[in-house]
Amino acid sequence: MKRFIGFIKKEFYHIFRDRRSLFILFGMPIAQILLFGFAITNEINNVDIAILDHTKDTTTKEIINKIAASEYFSIKQIIEKESDIEAIFKKGKVKAVLNFEKDFSKHLIKENKATIQIITDATDPNTANTITNFVSAILQTYQKELNKNITITYQIVPASRMVYNPELKSVYMFVPGVMTIILMLVSAMMTSISITREKELGTMEILLVSPLKPIQVIVGKVFPYIFLSIINAIVIVVSSIFIFKMPVQGSLFLLAIESILFIISALALGILISTISATQQTAMMISLMGLMLPVILLSGFIFPISSMPLPLQMISNIIPAKWFIIITKGIMLKGVGIQFIWKETLILIGMTVFFMALSVKKYKIRLE
Amino acid sequence: MRLPLPWEINMNNKKVIQVDRLTKMFGDFTAVSAITFDVEKGEIFGFLGANGAGKTTAIKMLIGISNPTSGKAKVAGFDVFTNAENIKKNIGYMSQKFALYDDLTVRENITFFGGIYGLTRKRIKEKSNALIEELGLKDVANKLVGALPSGWKQKLSFMVSLIHDPKIVFLDEPTGGVDPITRRQFWELIYKAAHNGTTVFVTTHYMDEAEYCDRVSIMVNGKIEALDTPKKLKEQFKVDNMNDVFLKLARG
Repeated sequence: MKRFIGFIKKEFYHIFRDRRSLFILFGMPIAQILLFGFAITNEINNVDIAILDHTKDTTTKEIINKIAASEYFSIKQIIEKESDIEAIFKKGKVKAVLNFEKDFSKHLIKENKATIQIITDATDPNTANTITNFVSAILQTYQKELNKNITITYQIVPASRMVYNPELKSVYMFVPGVMTIILMLVSAMMTSISITREKELGTMEILLVSPLKPIQVIVGKVFPYIFLSIINAIVIVVSSIFIFKMPVQGSLFLLAIESILFIISALALGILISTISATQQTAMMISLMGLMLPVILLSGFIFPISSMPLPLQMISNIIPAKWFIIITKGIMLKGVGIQFIWKETLILIGMTVFFMALSVKKYKIRLE
Repeated sequence: MRLPLPWEINMNNKKVIQVDRLTKMFGDFTAVSAITFDVEKGEIFGFLGANGAGKTTAIKMLIGISNPTSGKAKVAGFDVFTNAENIKKNIGYMSQKFALYDDLTVRENITFFGGIYGLTRKRIKEKSNALIEELGLKDVANKLVGALPSGWKQKLSFMVSLIHDPKIVFLDEPTGGVDPITRRQFWELIYKAAHNGTTVFVTTHYMDEAEYCDRVSIMVNGKIEALDTPKKLKEQFKVDNMNDVFLKLARG
């Protein structure tokens, strides 16, 4: 036990004396949470739009005022002719142009119908889509006001309600993902680098010649990262609660247990990577390419798995992060208990055991 | 406690390393081919050979981090096949690579390695003070090892490999890339250790160092081709220095 404590102490010296690892350990989580929370967002806010109004009558003015009043849009420019549209998009600032047809009010009154063309810059398809939806929604509200006195027979009214995240805040979606990335980064990448570092320096050989058992060496190397990962998870959850007012509906205890499970599976992956790479550089490349990319792209963190092509959906099943994200979203947003996520938990346990067994086996082979 | 096996009781046995037809194969390739030799207590045993002759593989089997394919070997009285754990407690090892932690201070390094060999805190303190005194590292004891000149690191690394007073110390090319003066000082440390009863098993590329050894074995292509005192080897091959002995053997 005393040997073990000495070993852990040494590991902490390594970590705290290396500015790079300190940055990854403590700078990254906070930077990521703030980035994803504030900057990277699917919501639209004060999008610049331009108006092309051929008639300039009371109806178009009313509609324009309604749009300008919403927090989603700000009217950047009024243009006079169709040929200006292209030029304005090319400048890049304006994301949409609303083109009111000639004699808008006249058509509306005489033919009961008038058109507004919504032209969006679809270089960013998500934003373009959202803009179109929001403008349509504003127009519909306006239309209802116009038809206040008329009752339409056979009316179908969709009454939608967004549950678990009624304000559709994207930060709610990002927090579980960011937590997953950070835990993966700290646990898998940092451990694999720190183990390969000992191999590269030749100190691993010295440790293996000492009376320490290989398993003690590995546990000693990994233990500090378990501890630091847990601290990171706490920092992420606490900051998302206090900075972004993210609700944690379910049990914090369950969340902690599941996080520790995920940390251990990531550590096992880290050990596995360290057995197959000879240098720190290789370990880092494998961790980034083999772990981080799939976590970001295929785990359902940013891109919904259900809309992926089938082969990718199948691949996503073998990524532990996918299951962890389902679990954390379940606990944090839906407030579910273990009875709803036992299947995901079991899969995660299975994966952890598998990676552990594999890395122990690989590690033994290396010693031969 | 396990009862000692008959051959373990014989601790007066002067032979601290006994190797009998020890062999290591990697697939079809024979890295070490049936080597046989003994090393006596307090001896400085030179283990020579060209690059790739199989020296490092042989050492790895003796220090218990590589399993031999066949043959027999006992180190410090323990069998390498069945009792590698006990061997590890009784040997020190210094590898080709300088292997202390650059980001730990001199004192922290000593404390760490003392700790993994299970020394008590008090003993570690005594040891570090004596060691720092002996190497004249007092002024830099609390500096990071990475800041020390490489000659100092090498000497420190050697002394750290002796921290638990091992019966045998294995040195794998300990003086690679070190200037002649430091090399000289290094060998003084080796003599001192041998004088105190530690057996020294050392590999080297420098033939002048071979002259310092009590006995020398020369490995060629996995086999031990010559084994005797430097003096007798020179007589046997009718040359005046170890360099020529080596060249004669290595060229076949």
